[in-house]
Amino acid sequence: MTYLAKPKLLRTDAPKNTLGYTRRDYEGAISTLCAGCGHDSISAAIVQACFDLDIEPHRVAKLSGIGCSSKTPDYFLGASHGFNTTHGRMPSVLTGAALANRDLTYMGISGDGDSASIGIGQFAHAMRRGVNMTYIVENNGVYGLTKGQFSATADKGSKNKRGVVNSDTPIDLVALALQLGASYVARSFSGDKEQLIPLIKGALRHRGPAFIDVISPCVTFNNHPGSTKSYDYVREHNDAVNRLDFILPRDQINATYPAGSLRRIVQHDGSILHLRKLATDYDPSDRVGAMNHLQERHALGEIVTGLLYVDSSAEDLHRHLNTVEKPLNQLGDAYLCPGSKALDALNASLR
Amino acid sequence: MKPTNIGAHDYFHKVVDCQWACPAHTPVPEYIRLIAAGRYSDAYMINWRSNVFPGILGRVCDRPCEPACRRGRVDKEPVAICRLKRVCADLKDDIQDRLPRAPEKKNGKRVACVGAGPASLTVARDLASIGYQVTVFDCGASPGGMMRSQIPKFRLPDSVIDEECGYIVNLGVEVHYNHWVTSLRDVLAEGWDAVFVGTGAPRGRDADIPGRKEAAAQIHIGIDWLANVAFGHTTTISKRVIVLGGGNTAMDCCRSARRMGGDDVKVIVRSGFEEMKASPWEKEEAIHEGIPIINMRVPKEFQHDNGKLTGVLFEIVRAEYDAKGRRSLIPTGEPDELHECDEVLVAIGQENAFPWIEKDIGLEFDKWEMPLLNEKTLQSTLPKVFFGGDAALGPKNIITAAAQGHEAAISMDLFCRGKDLQIRPPPMTNLVSQKMGIHEWSYDNQVSEEERKKVPVKALEKTLKDIKLELELGFDPFMACAEAERCLNCDIETVFTVKTCIECDACVDICPTECITFTSNGEEDDLRGRLKAPAKILDQALYVSDVLKTGRVMVKDENICLHCGMCAERCPTGAWDMQKFFLQCAEAGTEARRT
Repeated sequence: MTYLAKPKLLRTDAPKNTLGYTRRDYEGAISTLCAGCGHDSISAAIVQACFDLDIEPHRVAKLSGIGCSSKTPDYFLGASHGFNTTHGRMPSVLTGAALANRDLTYMGISGDGDSASIGIGQFAHAMRRGVNMTYIVENNGVYGLTKGQFSATADKGSKNKRGVVNSDTPIDLVALALQLGASYVARSFSGDKEQLIPLIKGALRHRGPAFIDVISPCVTFNNHPGSTKSYDYVREHNDAVNRLDFILPRDQINATYPAGSLRRIVQHDGSILHLRKLATDYDPSDRVGAMNHLQERHALGEIVTGLLYVDSSAEDLHRHLNTVEKPLNQLGDAYLCPGSKALDALNASLR
Repeated sequence: MKPTNIGAHDYFHKVVDCQWACPAHTPVPEYIRLIAAGRYSDAYMINWRSNVFPGILGRVCDRPCEPACRRGRVDKEPVAICRLKRVCADLKDDIQDRLPRAPEKKNGKRVACVGAGPASLTVARDLASIGYQVTVFDCGASPGGMMRSQIPKFRLPDSVIDEECGYIVNLGVEVHYNHWVTSLRDVLAEGWDAVFVGTGAPRGRDADIPGRKEAAAQIHIGIDWLANVAFGHTTTISKRVIVLGGGNTAMDCCRSARRMGGDDVKVIVRSGFEEMKASPWEKEEAIHEGIPIINMRVPKEFQHDNGKLTGVLFEIVRAEYDAKGRRSLIPTGEPDELHECDEVLVAIGQENAFPWIEKDIGLEFDKWEMPLLNEKTLQSTLPKVFFGGDAALGPKNIITAAAQGHEAAISMDLFCRGKDLQIRPPPMTNLVSQKMGIHEWSYDNQVSEEERKKVPVKALEKTLKDIKLELELGFDPFMACAEAERCLNCDIETVFTVKTCIECDACVDICPTECITFTSNGEEDDLRGRLKAPAKILDQALYVSDVLKTGRVMVKDENICLHCGMCAERCPTGAWDMQKFFLQCAEAGTEARRT
């Protein structure tokens, strides 16, 4: 924990995005998490992604539940809207907010306790309903705030800090998200920003429920030799299926890719996902294939990362429910209360 | 790149930009912290050991440290290092009992110093305090040399010179005042074990253009005129004065003239404003006193009416640079410009003069009539004779003179003891962790966001009337503390330990200036471009670690590090630590390391 505020002095040549903001303008308060927490790296990746995408901070709503991970929205995007819900209820509150105002960019920040234990029901339904959001789970496999008990994502057979072996079967949130209908599903690692930042950018620009499971080591309780969510273990067992380059329509494409190694996906807003294949026969548009690959590799003890599944033509909740285009707070009285004539006409049409 | 060898004492020394830039390598951040803590006497003693004349330098130093200051690269202006030095001289207690005392028992060696300026007095101090019998000869009536004769009293009062030269004379140094040395041969005949020449650059360059001889009565050489003013021989000047030249002497001339009755004082310079040799702050002060500086004018002729000066004619030029960046001044073709005046001060440079050194005693001179010296040892071709200050390698400044005095004293000591002059004693260095507890450091790591404090001055109307009235008041303790807090503590080094790093990126994420990157290794050029914040300033080092577990290396650009310690506070394993680097140059009498 650092109690001093970060000095305001910047390097004089600090880059600015097209809105004239520096990266520092996307930061929040100084983190009070343990030094070296993976969650802080995820916050930094979110800052970088929003800076790169020229996102206006006041057009973002960041929602979270309870837990170490759910504290982090305080540490990035200090000028955005925020909502700390009760434990595990973030997906429902986010769904409501998204229904009320579809013009904001929604970011749900959660942890393995918040999403895989107390909030698993909320999580499941937000995915199936197709809420347009970026849902990030900062997954460390332990309950850090209560001193390191196994969480629901801890692998069977892994050990806690005191050497106790976990006997419960883990929940794989990525597998759940795939099954429940998320249209952008990825897994990454807090210690690999080169992989994580483009994945967040792609998710922010995706229409529909985008889910990213980020393995984020708990340095205090789950970064020891018996853990399967430690820096060392994840680095050794990281099995990336692809590498993503996220490209805005305005960007020039300078990179060259060897023939046959690239998968190019255009999203609904024109942004482009360049997927450099690492596993040769992996197809990120094949949902069933993705689920199979995940299970096979997991059985071998590997952690599959990368953009695992994307459906760039996915629809979202607004489309399903045929909601009004305008945010509710912009609808005038005349529109909301069209008068007795309109009521009479409606009644007549139903007779 | 190869892993940085932080064990080499000059790696971390270079990170302390101010100390590296100071010719005498004064431990600047260390004494600034002491000032912030109100420990003025301690701060003074650190200065005194390194630069001998803190009170004098705190007023008139050329301050090579300030352009080097890191604060100037991340903020608008550097820390006012020079004026903080004055603070410790002004506010200290009586420090006489902290000064070294000359040993009762002398070592039997006799040393002569010619001149009583900063270089000679430094040699005298260093050698007298380790048992040498030192004798100083000077033509003046009191010690200080050019510091006393050239620098106007409104910048440097005599009392400060008396005090700090007094500390040295009181070490039992024998001084012969009003003593002109006319022959080095005679000096050598007196059987000294070593002789130091610190006679400065006493000859002012003249402007040899038409009318110079005829109007000689109203044309003065700047440094001679300043000496006459300093000693009270000259007390007035005409109303209209032109100062030729753009160095610090020209600035002293014009500001003195302004105080002696010159209403219409102008500085007219060959070069452009930016290229003038005068320090920026000295130009600023002259302009503040209502003195215009006119550039790109080459003096062509002194116009006179039967020997009475009426004005100076100037050719208007512009600067052109060739491919190698050499400048030539090309006439613009505009008609020449006449500036009327009653007196002219010529301050276009200083030269060395050694008429008293015989050409046949074995001391060789180069084609510019400068003594042939070993630049490191400052020894001449006559092994017994050493040089320092402006007399050694040409005119520079007081702090360089003091630094050369230290080096010459080391050489003379080695020479007198029959040792090899090339094997120099190393500086004393130390590197100690500043960790006091969790997020607690023994230095104030909060980065100040205050602006540079301006030194308060007396009212212009008052100071322009009295040439002896010191213009600047100096910082009061509160301003001094606020200014001292602006120091970034560059001597508190970020030290990285490879084997404890778990590559969690916490330091990268927290660094306010983005100066830490973990990446694959490469050649320096390539690596500089690939950093999170590309490292464009090439003379600022990259700190590269050994290879980490993932095969990457940690690269830190030293250029813009604020030394705020955030990386060390966020590091879960203590792989980053803040350690204080302290370097003190060797003094005469220090033994060289045995290898």
